[in-house]
Amino acid sequence: MAVAEQPAGRSAPAEVQAIRTKGLTKRYGEFTAVDKLDLAVRHGEVFGLLGPNGAGKTTTILMLLGLTQPSAGTARVLDLDPARSPLAVKRQVGYLPDNVGFYGGMTGRQNLRYTARLNGIDRRTMDERIDQLLERVGLGAAGDNKVDTYSRGMRQRLGLADVLVKGPSIVILDEPTTAIDPAGVVEVLELVRGLARDGAAVLLASHLLHQVQQVCDRVGIFVSGKLVAHGPMDKLAEQLGTGPIEIELSAAPPLDAVRQAALAVSGVTSVTPDERDPRMLVVHAESDVRSELARALVEAGNPPSHLRRRGDELDEIYRRYFAASEAAA
Amino acid sequence: MTAESVAPRGRRRKNVRPQPGAAPAPERPAAAPARADHVPGLRAGWRVIAAKEFADHVLSVRFLILTIILGLAAAAAVYATAGAISDIAADATGVPSLFLKLFTITSGQIPPFTTFIAFLGPLLGIAFGFDGINGERAEGTLPRLVSQPIHRDDVVNGKFVAGLSAITIIFIAITALVAAIGILQLGILPSVEEVIRLLVWIALAVAYVGLWLALALLCSVVLRRAATSALVAIAVWLLMTLFAALLVGVLASFLAPVPADAGSGSAAALRNASMQAELARLSPSQLFQEATAAVLDPSVRTLNPGLVTFDQADRAIPSILSLEQSLLVVWPQFVALIAVTAVAFAVAYVAFMRQEVRA
Repeated sequence: MAVAEQPAGRSAPAEVQAIRTKGLTKRYGEFTAVDKLDLAVRHGEVFGLLGPNGAGKTTTILMLLGLTQPSAGTARVLDLDPARSPLAVKRQVGYLPDNVGFYGGMTGRQNLRYTARLNGIDRRTMDERIDQLLERVGLGAAGDNKVDTYSRGMRQRLGLADVLVKGPSIVILDEPTTAIDPAGVVEVLELVRGLARDGAAVLLASHLLHQVQQVCDRVGIFVSGKLVAHGPMDKLAEQLGTGPIEIELSAAPPLDAVRQAALAVSGVTSVTPDERDPRMLVVHAESDVRSELARALVEAGNPPSHLRRRGDELDEIYRRYFAASEAAA
Repeated sequence: MTAESVAPRGRRRKNVRPQPGAAPAPERPAAAPARADHVPGLRAGWRVIAAKEFADHVLSVRFLILTIILGLAAAAAVYATAGAISDIAADATGVPSLFLKLFTITSGQIPPFTTFIAFLGPLLGIAFGFDGINGERAEGTLPRLVSQPIHRDDVVNGKFVAGLSAITIIFIAITALVAAIGILQLGILPSVEEVIRLLVWIALAVAYVGLWLALALLCSVVLRRAATSALVAIAVWLLMTLFAALLVGVLASFLAPVPADAGSGSAAALRNASMQAELARLSPSQLFQEATAAVLDPSVRTLNPGLVTFDQADRAIPSILSLEQSLLVVWPQFVALIAVTAVAFAVAYVAFMRQEVRA
């Protein structure tokens, strides 16, 4: 079980964490959807909760909103217990559900007004804020069209506006980038970044590791209900790369000579041909020996044409956790 | 859906023990913020939802169509009835509550207005409820809705209130229409007591249709698709209104058989008759029609056929009941209707509260 790190720089003890869970667990009968989750999200940061489908991301979010009861453990949102004070929590937390839906017969603006009324926002603030938000998400012109006429991307952006209508200090987004086009993704992610800049705590749950990692200050890799790694993106590889590492290597043939040269480097345990690419070798080593490998090959008169460590890149994280759990499921 | 239920209204959780290894949570002693769930400025969620749903109902095509259908049926019925009444009005000046006869007697060709309501009223309830919850699910709006600062039951409460309000409006409008046609056709004005009787009848009709609204809401909670939910609700409606009478006859002669040689006034025949009456009352439309009869017709003295033989009826002094006495006669029916409605709504409510948001 991983323990989320505390803010290193500012260690003010009185600071209220936006979201904090301790041993949060949700069981459905025999099945454990969320297993002893410890999580901390601060104001002003984007935390990416990244995991394959079915990892328990949405269940976690529902517990944070008080929409489902934890089987064990505690959740605190702005120091409130969502199970006991769901209204106070939901007044402060904007939640964009996966596949957000709107009332198709109403205009975008009417949909937002309904949300504002449910949040007890008075009329004048409401209209002003909705105008601003529609402008901000690029729906200024389409705000008075019925939602039935909106595209997928427009709905998603309306969803973001809907989340912001209540003026939340915490924003929880569940798969905000699925099923929208690449340009839309960039727009949405920029909006998300802007929210954190304005001081909101953003919890972004997604299975699209590559898309969302660029806007996350910290990420947690969430697989089968467990947080297997967490931290800033660049530190993640270190955390995960504790085991033996793999280095892709190719050079001018014959590969056998290359293989012998690689094996001679200290720290290298074995060299195997790559399964997919016959012109490539995979060097298994105890540590990162890329520079030693390069030097050895240069000295052997056959400089490497390709040298890449597996595991310090998203692909490797993805392959190791996302693909594995999808295969197991 | 799982057995895991979501506690309504911030119920305290008792089964949460602190993690054994965890440090004592510092915020526990200063418990004040963790308990309060009062958010200033927040209106009751069910009101906001009811207001929106009501607006949706009133502006919807189904509201328009149902109002037109019921309006036409009512107008046709009252026209025919008014014609029949004016034929006898000349030599029936002593007839009590002539005005209310507009609503209850038939000209022989078209059933009276109240029968139309007993038959078609359930359609109103079904129309405003069958896609209440599963419609939100299908549109993907339910998770967004329940993540707003409202209690979860506000959703189902708000929808029920909105449906009842729409139904009440339709009934008031149509009753007023019938009364207006009657006044024009007959040239008589209703007395205060007659107006009060009509209002009581409207309350009865709303309770009756409220039952179907609650049933339709229940279907919309339990069944995933709106079409299935509508079909199930309509099937129950047809069963109750069309086949109930047939079933009751068969069941009564099975439970209280009448020997072939028994006369019409025999004890066995009486038992059979009261058995039939009791069984028939399991059908809400029967309850409603009985209550209608007594509320709108002051000369109805009892609703129980088993208690009045032909002899007794023959020898009774013809008189009319005061409003108060009529209410006493229908009180059991009224209470039964409200009780069944409450039970149906409670089942829908509990089913909804126990459902997972994502289900």
